[in-house]
Amino acid sequence: MTYLIYDTTIEGFLTAVFEVYELKLDKVAIRKNNLEMPQLFAEIIEVRTNFDKAKRVSEKLTSILNKNGFQSLLKTLLSELESIEDDILKVIRYALECKKNILSDFGHPAVLEIKQVLKKINRERHRMNAFVRFKLANDGTYYAFIEPDFDVLPLISNHFKSRYADQNWLIYDLKRNRGIYYNQEKVEFVILEVNAKEQNQKLTINLDPSEIEFQKLWKSYFKSTNISSRKNMKLHLQHVPKRYWKYLIEKS
Amino acid sequence: MNWDRINEKLSILADAAKYDVSCSSSGSKRTNKGKNLGDSSGVGICHSYTEDGRCVSLLKILLTNYCIYDCLYCVSRKSNDIKRAAFKVEEVVDLTLNFYRRNYIEGLFLSSGIFKNPDYTMERLVLVAKKLRLDYKFNGYIHLKTIPGASDELMYEAGLYADRLSVNIELPTKSGLKLLAPDKDHKTMLAPMNTIQQGIQIYKEEKKLIKSSPKFTPAGQSSQMIIGATNESDLDIVKTSTFLYKKYNLKRVYYSGYVPVLSDNKLPTLGTPVPMVRENRLYQTDWLFRFYKFKPQEIVNEFYPNLDLEIDPKLSWALRNMDYFPVDINTADYHMILRIPGVGVRSAQKIIAARKHAYLSYEQLKKIGIALNRAKYFIICKNYYFTKDFDHNRLKSEILHFSTSKYKKNFSNQLSLF
Ligand code: SF4
Repeated sequence: MTYLIYDTTIEGFLTAVFEVYELKLDKVAIRKNNLEMPQLFAEIIEVRTNFDKAKRVSEKLTSILNKNGFQSLLKTLLSELESIEDDILKVIRYALECKKNILSDFGHPAVLEIKQVLKKINRERHRMNAFVRFKLANDGTYYAFIEPDFDVLPLISNHFKSRYADQNWLIYDLKRNRGIYYNQEKVEFVILEVNAKEQNQKLTINLDPSEIEFQKLWKSYFKSTNISSRKNMKLHLQHVPKRYWKYLIEKS
Repeated sequence: MNWDRINEKLSILADAAKYDVSCSSSGSKRTNKGKNLGDSSGVGICHSYTEDGRCVSLLKILLTNYCIYDCLYCVSRKSNDIKRAAFKVEEVVDLTLNFYRRNYIEGLFLSSGIFKNPDYTMERLVLVAKKLRLDYKFNGYIHLKTIPGASDELMYEAGLYADRLSVNIELPTKSGLKLLAPDKDHKTMLAPMNTIQQGIQIYKEEKKLIKSSPKFTPAGQSSQMIIGATNESDLDIVKTSTFLYKKYNLKRVYYSGYVPVLSDNKLPTLGTPVPMVRENRLYQTDWLFRFYKFKPQEIVNEFYPNLDLEIDPKLSWALRNMDYFPVDINTADYHMILRIPGVGVRSAQKIIAARKHAYLSYEQLKKIGIALNRAKYFIICKNYYFTKDFDHNRLKSEILHFSTSKYKKNFSNQLSLF
């Protein structure tokens, strides 16, 4: 078994795919370099990310799977599943073999797996579009903390950019310790100096004096709009699973 | 700002508005051109869910719960002894913007009790929408509930700023309206629907000629009726909603199960359970008309004026029409396949696609993901034939026995209360 280790970037992954074909590797697995390698007797190759190689792979696959198909295949990397690369590679091999767009061939187990992972990622993206709660800091920036199941920041960036075009905002993923910041010009990835996750309690952002009042208003609204004689907690929890409550003002 | 006072108003006016069930924020595209606030892609987002499991997408409030009318079914009616409050136009604008900026909501759903007179009230509703759009360049969603009896000009102006307008028909029958809402009459209630529909029509024509014509109610109009407050039959309800869909081309008709909030001998007594199962059956019926090409009289008619609460209306229709079944999966046309209980639009499409490649068997149907636990009583396919050796009553109890309805719990709850 050969392990190709890449730097977690998309280009790194595509370079690894290139090497699979270049080196004619058969028993191979592609893995992120931030994972531990348990296997003792495996051969390990560190892939040096190469933009040309990545581009060649991406052009080839785009021509077979078309742009959307190829993008959605890559999107599954955001799932951070330990061996998602295996499924992607299987799908790529299958596509190259058939030389046609096989992404709707759900009879193929890897294609089906990819489709299911995609569905989960999209659901998480929708949830983040819905559950982000901004707080207004006294410097005029709106900020929000999230801990999504998958690394969905790249997927939600555009939505927030076009919706909140006239305010500065920051959405910070505490699980992965990085965020997206918008300054009314463009969106950038940022890493906060403090390790926010560990210092969550200490991380103080000075709120605008009105912030706490609007939070109170939102909480009262949420309470008043409920019809208690129709209570249905099972349905409620299905829509808003408990793990999201922490950052939902109306639920905390 | 006097926060406590605002908070109190918000509690009162959200509480009074919550019986309007519509919370849809979809169907309208407003692109953020330039650096403004808000962008609607046409797909609404539910930002939260109440404990009753309903989507919270809009800030749904009344401008005021003062009212000169005395509709019996309504908490805000004149003769009801409750706390009253009224928002200023600016306050509503401010709340909407601040909630929107924090990503709590998709926009505003504003309605109102009638103070002074219908025009005076409607004018203020329109003013809120106008300010949001023109002064604050707000691209979020705005739904205004129109005030019955307000002038055509105001209705038209409302359409310029709102994404959706609703005109609530309130009760399914004229006699019900007369009984419970003596100040309102059927005709004045319908008039605005006509105005709005014409407005939409004109806009569509203009749009063909001039691309940049101002939008007019892009998400269309909807209506709502309260069910279970009078003793109307499901046939009455279906007749009314069919009429509304046809005549005014409504986007949606909502049904709101009556929540007993007042005691009056013309109304169901306090403590009567909210007819949630019935409400759900009515929505299912609505779907059958809109997406399954059923005709209203197939589902309810003089012989079957009420929907079966135990089973969904499609199954109920099938059991009453067993001579249409079994349906041959491999040869029947799309519409007949759609009529098989347990087969939805997606499944029907899958069947049509799959049978081009193979003569479908029971196993294959399973493989392509068709739920057969219900459909199996109604189909023929390769090597499979359902022997119809019992009558529809036995079939019904067998199906009920094997299916766990989501509403079973509610259902038995309700029964035990009677
Ligand atoms: S007019 Fe509207 S607010 Fe006033 S009592 Fe009737 S339903 Fe209620």
